[in-house]
Amino acid sequence: MATATAEPRSLPATEGDGHKHKKNALSDGQGRLAWMLLAPTLIIIAVVAGIPVGLSIREAFFQTNAGVDPTTGLIAAGEQFVGLQNFTAVFSGANPVTGSYGTMDRFWNAFLNTTFLTIVCVILETIIGVAMALIMAKAFRGRGLVRAGILVPWAIPTIVSALMWKLIFDEQGVMNRILGTQILWLADSGASFWAIVIADTWKTAAFIGLLTLAGLGTIPAEVYEAAKVDGASTWQQFVRITLPMVKPTLIVAVLFRTLDTLRMFDLPYGMIGPGKYRVETLSIFSYQEATQTRYGPAAAYAIVLFVYVLLVAFLFVRILGADVIGDADVKKKKKKKGDDEPAGPPATALEMAGGAH
Amino acid sequence: MSTTTAEVREEHLSKEELEKLAHPKRPLRQRVGVVMSYVGMAAIVLYCIIPFYWMIVSSLRLPGEGRSTEFIPSPVSLQNYQAVFSPVNNFGRSVINSVIVAGATTILVLLFGIVGAYALARLKFTGKGGVLWLIMACSMFPLVVLLPPLLKMFSSTEPFTWFPYWINTYQSVIIPGLSFGLPLAVWNLTAFFKQLPVELEQAAMVDGCTPGVAFRKVILPLAAPGIFTTAIIVFIGAWNEFLLALTFLQDKNMQTATVAISKFTGTTGFDTPYGSIMAAGVVVTVPLLVAVLIFQRRIVSGLTAGGVK
Repeated sequence: MATATAEPRSLPATEGDGHKHKKNALSDGQGRLAWMLLAPTLIIIAVVAGIPVGLSIREAFFQTNAGVDPTTGLIAAGEQFVGLQNFTAVFSGANPVTGSYGTMDRFWNAFLNTTFLTIVCVILETIIGVAMALIMAKAFRGRGLVRAGILVPWAIPTIVSALMWKLIFDEQGVMNRILGTQILWLADSGASFWAIVIADTWKTAAFIGLLTLAGLGTIPAEVYEAAKVDGASTWQQFVRITLPMVKPTLIVAVLFRTLDTLRMFDLPYGMIGPGKYRVETLSIFSYQEATQTRYGPAAAYAIVLFVYVLLVAFLFVRILGADVIGDADVKKKKKKKGDDEPAGPPATALEMAGGAH
Repeated sequence: MSTTTAEVREEHLSKEELEKLAHPKRPLRQRVGVVMSYVGMAAIVLYCIIPFYWMIVSSLRLPGEGRSTEFIPSPVSLQNYQAVFSPVNNFGRSVINSVIVAGATTILVLLFGIVGAYALARLKFTGKGGVLWLIMACSMFPLVVLLPPLLKMFSSTEPFTWFPYWINTYQSVIIPGLSFGLPLAVWNLTAFFKQLPVELEQAAMVDGCTPGVAFRKVILPLAAPGIFTTAIIVFIGAWNEFLLALTFLQDKNMQTATVAISKFTGTTGFDTPYGSIMAAGVVVTVPLLVAVLIFQRRIVSGLTAGGVK
């Protein structure tokens, strides 16, 4: 329809150009056109991400001058090259704090917090998300309602959900009332860790659910029928059919959740506050250093986080074979899936990543 | 056959038996399954809704009862909402700032993302894998990496004294915000463009259109729903953004709604004004929720594009 209406108008204007491409309009000059179309995107990414990351790496080797310059007697300005000092300082134990893992340098405390928060959150989110997907896949009616419900946590700004959970976990709040306890969830205690785990899981588990549901939809019903004929139990069907077949989608979902949780900032900042060592993540630590004009250490810690994220992504792709790009044109697919399919799951995962910010 | 026998017998059946015929008894296992699936679905919905319910309930209490744990507020009061928009909090201004920042981010991202995504979805060229990886990596890196150099740059400190002072400006949040908005949009739109049959453009090109014209006149109108969905998703992402806004917007007149809420002091006392914080949270969230619920089918299919055909 649209084609038919579009033709007459477009013809006169492009006659000349059209002739040039007539030999093989589908592939001639595609490379040049593609780069032209991609140029704005790539330039912007280079400017807003590439250059700052480069500057951040440079920054990590510098320190802002402080105090009085002994030669001139003026207050020192500018910065000086300090080599690896920002990185090696974390081994000197010059900045010890006491968190959940004993007394250690603030960097390592934040590093461990980030790591354990990520591991616990992602495991819980995956279990709950997969359970949600299985329930939704079985649904006869009311799927729309469930879908609407699932989008509620996603749409709430993370900082608002942080404050919401702060109220729920208040000392005299409703969580303590329901549990009949007097736990000081927000007082930078061991319980704070779990408060954050609960809040994060609430907000993001549904998305692993949605993604897994999409993956479940691609499993042909015949496979289950054949298994039933062979007398497989429900559990066997789940372990032998559902899990392996949904695995590619699930791995991508878990990867993106992992990377997103590694950079967690809003939740601990909003719920417990900055400078609370039981829940301080690397993002919060780096942010605090940066706002206190200690740009060098801030950049160093951010770079460490960046490398950590890259390493985790690399391991997922190499060891678990996460199909992140999923583009048939780019790499040869070994799977028996349809050709136009692969673009799907990663799109979801990326969305999740962005949506969960 | 069976229907006729049922009709014949009908007269001899009691009411109960009729009922049974009308609703044939499913095997017990299956019925349990149906019940369980409804229970499960109810559990999911409750799991997602209850904390949000608590936010709404808490916003409807009297301002002094912010920490009350009553499940239904009594009396229901809108005073918290009045407090939110009282001049002290300057919240109305913050909402406008959020609209400006999120709106500008969305428009810019779509402007550049659409053409880039089209190239990635349709055209064959060397280096495509690299571009896809780059865009993916870009959406994944921790935003906090940008802060040290940008903070220095935007506050024109050494060695960026040549750079204009950008703290407390919209562009200080909009431009770095592209770093997560643009990859998000490109990725999402690529999936949408891929869903449209390539034959559409082929037909247009056979009829003499260049790929560019085929894109503008054929693909763009058809991809409008996808573009719209992407716009909503990017807008929500930018609207919910916190770290950049917290760092670069320090002036009360410039801060976005998310930052304003996190810094709420309320009108009374030192106690955390939970009532008005929750009210502000509801104000910030409800427009998004309405949009999300209206377009839920599209958004979910946007989020899981390609996964289910």
